[in-house]
Amino acid sequence: MAKKIFPKEEVCVGCHLCEVYCVYAHSKYKKPTVKAHELVKLYNKHKDSKPTPRILVEEKSGEWTTFALQCRHCDDAPCTKACITGAMKKLEDGRVICDEEKCVGCWSCIMACPHGAVRRGENKKAASKCDLCLELGEPVCVKNCPNEALVIKEV
Amino acid sequence: MRYVIIGNSVAACGCIEAIRKVDLQNPIVVISDEKYRVYSRPLISYYLAGKVDESKMYIRDEDYYEKNKVEAMLGKRAVSVDFKNKEVVLDDGSKVKYDKLLIATGGKPFVPPTKGFELKNVFTFIKFDDVKAIDEAIKNGAKKATVIGAGLSGLKAAEALIKRGLEVTVVELANRILGSILDLEASKIVQDELEKHGIVFKLETSVDEIIGDGKVEKVKLKNGEILDTDIVVFAIGVVPNIDFLKGTELKINRGIVVDDHMRTNIEDVYAAGDCAEGYDCVYQQQRVIPIWPNAYDQGETAGYNMAGVEKTFDRGFPMNSIGFFDVHMITAGIVMPNSDDIEVLVKHDKEKNSYRKIYIKNGRVLGFMFINSIDRAGMITNMIKEGLNVESIKHRLLDDDFGYLDLPKELRQEKILGGAKA
Repeated sequence: MAKKIFPKEEVCVGCHLCEVYCVYAHSKYKKPTVKAHELVKLYNKHKDSKPTPRILVEEKSGEWTTFALQCRHCDDAPCTKACITGAMKKLEDGRVICDEEKCVGCWSCIMACPHGAVRRGENKKAASKCDLCLELGEPVCVKNCPNEALVIKEV
Repeated sequence: MRYVIIGNSVAACGCIEAIRKVDLQNPIVVISDEKYRVYSRPLISYYLAGKVDESKMYIRDEDYYEKNKVEAMLGKRAVSVDFKNKEVVLDDGSKVKYDKLLIATGGKPFVPPTKGFELKNVFTFIKFDDVKAIDEAIKNGAKKATVIGAGLSGLKAAEALIKRGLEVTVVELANRILGSILDLEASKIVQDELEKHGIVFKLETSVDEIIGDGKVEKVKLKNGEILDTDIVVFAIGVVPNIDFLKGTELKINRGIVVDDHMRTNIEDVYAAGDCAEGYDCVYQQQRVIPIWPNAYDQGETAGYNMAGVEKTFDRGFPMNSIGFFDVHMITAGIVMPNSDDIEVLVKHDKEKNSYRKIYIKNGRVLGFMFINSIDRAGMITNMIKEGLNVESIKHRLLDDDFGYLDLPKELRQEKILGGAKA
């Protein structure tokens, strides 16, 4: 049994706050709540592009529907089977994580993920994906969504 | 019950991992002629380029065999199988008994008979030892390289050699590079990038003779040209590594013929990966599909069935994700269809140097090639796998920001929520 985050598109307002918290939680700060001055420093580091969140807010021009999609931590995790380095792996608790030190950026995981939930991370060097905030105990996107559009459940 | 696996790559991993999901007790034996624990063959070019060191070549943790109760017989070659007595015969004459056998011997390099192939500094490009030997030659002063074959592994070899500071010429028989996964227009984009980094191409010719006195010095091409070279790397392609099984009752076509359970024609004998010929759901015929994810899936399917849990796999088809310098591409399915009832969607953004092409037949995606616009490509490979009808969304498939919002709400929610309620 794995925990998964479910998006509620009916109540998502597309504020992208989940992305901000996600970036922050996976930065050197690794904290569940954002300190504004640290956030400024974090974003300033990235001159060319914004840092990559491990969550993907889908929105489309002309449509009001938005929602935030993360890795589904699939039972059969096709990304782990396609990974040529062994970086992408399924943990015993059901989470799928990417060992970014091992990843060489071949993007076989992007080829294999049926949800399109794996992204190319900073500088396009390694795959970047939701790890359910491994080090923080609970996903910051869920904790901080202002409209409770993300819920975590065991399935 | 004793499981034996001949071969020690990703198909073997799939098999071991499936067996251990359902059977924690019975012994598993892995036989491999290489002395290394399970490593990644696709990573050999990264090793040669200096991007990964030896410790990162291994795709599973150091205690993998121990944890999974696997007896790894490394550095032992299987020379024959006695199917009647259920024994694998090794090169040292010893025999390994099996109750269930998986043949996962992968591919071996295809090298056409070439004069001078036996000269020093002529290599193939498949195994870890191949790149270690090439590395040695470079350290001993090799400056010029000739790569024979402009397929996936030939070009990864060429890229690695350029990164190591060699002068590299690639010789290819076809009129374009990456002919198995790209059309002419896409191939040009990649060739331009490789040429920008100094790789020289000789297309529509092949090697006639390798010339040298003990050690390679020149390569003579079929078009008459003669190239000075210090090393030659053959990377034309792979063929199933099954010579030791030919002439037995095992049914072999191009590869070992397997059904959707990965069973061969012999009871208790299974095959998976690059040595096997299974069902290709896009081509709708039996084919060898020598790609990594397919090998894992087939190995896994074999493992479950060997352990008595019935599973089928009939969703295999070719797909590749590969990059050279700053150009990345993902391709899948049929990329050069030769029938005329196929709809072609194409978008070439010259400014971004990106290219997307999709083939559709009867409302279903038959294949695609994406270059430099690869995000979320897995959604399309999954559509091929599921045979999803894309008629209503096809106008969006070429867009960089194609996503779940383009799917009908019910389908989108089913895919995201997987039946659960948010």
